[in-house]
Amino acid sequence: MPEPTVVTATGAVVAADYFQSYSVVGLLAVVGVLFVAVAFGAGRLLRPVVPTPEKLLTYECGVDPVGEGWAHTQVRYYVYAFLYVIFAVDSIFLFPWATVFAAPGYGAATLVEMFVFLGFLAVGLLYAYKKGVLTWT
Amino acid sequence: MNDALDVALRLLVVFVVFLTFPLIVGQTEHKVMAHMQGRLGPMYAGGFHGWAQLVADGVKFAQKEDVVPTGADRRIFQLAPAVALLPYLLVLVVIPIGPGEGAVGQVVDAGIFFVLAVMGVGVLGSLMAGWASANKFSLLGGLRTAAQLLAYELPMLLTAASVAMAAGTVSLPGIVDAFRWWWLPWQIVGAIVFFVAGLAELQRPPFDMPVADSEIIFGAYTEYTGLRFALFLLAEYAGIVVLCGLTTILFLGGWHGPWGADGLGWVWTLLKAAILAFVVIWLRVTYPRLREDQLQKLSWTLLVPLSLAQIALTGIVKVVIA
Repeated sequence: MPEPTVVTATGAVVAADYFQSYSVVGLLAVVGVLFVAVAFGAGRLLRPVVPTPEKLLTYECGVDPVGEGWAHTQVRYYVYAFLYVIFAVDSIFLFPWATVFAAPGYGAATLVEMFVFLGFLAVGLLYAYKKGVLTWT
Repeated sequence: MNDALDVALRLLVVFVVFLTFPLIVGQTEHKVMAHMQGRLGPMYAGGFHGWAQLVADGVKFAQKEDVVPTGADRRIFQLAPAVALLPYLLVLVVIPIGPGEGAVGQVVDAGIFFVLAVMGVGVLGSLMAGWASANKFSLLGGLRTAAQLLAYELPMLLTAASVAMAAGTVSLPGIVDAFRWWWLPWQIVGAIVFFVAGLAELQRPPFDMPVADSEIIFGAYTEYTGLRFALFLLAEYAGIVVLCGLTTILFLGGWHGPWGADGLGWVWTLLKAAILAFVVIWLRVTYPRLREDQLQKLSWTLLVPLSLAQIALTGIVKVVIA
C-alpha cells in the first residue's frame, strides 16, 4: 500500500497523495483486465466450437462477400480530422487557464486574452466554413 | 491494513455499480421503449414484468459460439470489446455521488481532464473492431465512429472547460461544491451541448449512423457474436451511465437539492442521473437517425459555435462577479 497521505496545513497536497489516487485507478484497471480475462476464459469453457467455412465468412448483405478487402471508397470526412486536431490541441490549454483566470489580480486582462483565444478559434472555424470544408461534397 | 480494506471495498463497489447500473438502464430501456410504442416489452423472464430479461440474455450470450471470421486479424478482433468497455469502468471510479470522501471511488485532482481523456480511449475499441473484422461494412462503421468522435469530442471539451472556468477547478467534487442554483440558467447552453455531444459519442440514436443497420448492417460490431458482442453492448450502456452521471455532476449540481446538500444528497445525484437516462431512452424512441453529413454539420456549425459562445458568457459573468 502507498504511504498514508500527508496534507500540509495550507492544503497543498504532497506527491504521495497524487500517486495514491492514481494507484487506485491503476488497481481498478487491473480489476477490469481480470474481469475481461475471466469472462473470456469462462466463455471458452461454456460455448460450443463448431466452425464451418460458411460460418467463418464475413457477413456482408447476407450473400457471399464480393471482391477483396481492398476497395475504393471516398472517405469524405478526413478534413474534419485535421480540424479536430487543431481545435482539440487548442482547447486543452483552456483547462489550466480556466482554474486561475478569475483569481484576484487577473480579471480584465485574462478576459481579453480569452476573447483573443476564442477569436482565433472562431476565425479558424469561419475560414473552414467559407472554404466549404464543413459541407458535404 | 485498514487502508487496504478501504480501497478494496471502494473498488468492489465501483465494480458492482459498473455491472449493475448498465443493466438497470438496459432493462428500463426495454420497458420504456415498449410502453412508448404501445407494447408491453419483456414480460416472461423472472416472472414479474420480465425483470430478469437481461440476465437471461447474458446467459444466452455466454453459451453462443464465438465466431472469428477467417480473414480477421484475430488478436485485435478478440481484444476490441475489452478496449471499448474498460475506459468506462475507469471513469466510474472518479465520479462522486455525494459530498465527502465517502461517496466517491477515488478523488482525482484533474477529474474532468481524466474523465474526458479516458473516455476518448473507448473509440479505439470500435476502430479496432472495424479494422480487424475484414469486412467492408465494419470498416466503414469503424471510420464513421471515429469521425463522430472527432466531431463531438470538441464541443464536449469546450463545454466542460466552461464549467471548469465557472468553478475555478477541474476536480469533480470541487465543481459540485462550487455549484449554485443560478448556474443552471447560466450554463444551460453548455449543458445541452455537452449532453448532445455525449449522446453522439455513445452512438446512441439519433446519432447511431456508425451502426446504421439499413446501410452497413451493424457497423464495426457486425462480425461479433456471443460474449464479445455482449461486452460491446455493455460498453454502450455503461456509457449512458457515465454520461448521465457526468452531466449531473457538471451541470445539474450533483447532490445539491432544493433543501441543500446535506443528508440524502446522493439520492439527488442518482435521481438526476436516472432522469437523464430516461431522456436518453426517450430520444431514441422519438428521433429518426441523422444522416452522416447532417451529423457532422450539426457538430461543426451548431454545437462548436454554441460552446464557444458559452465560454465567452462564462468568462464575462465570472469576471464581473469576481
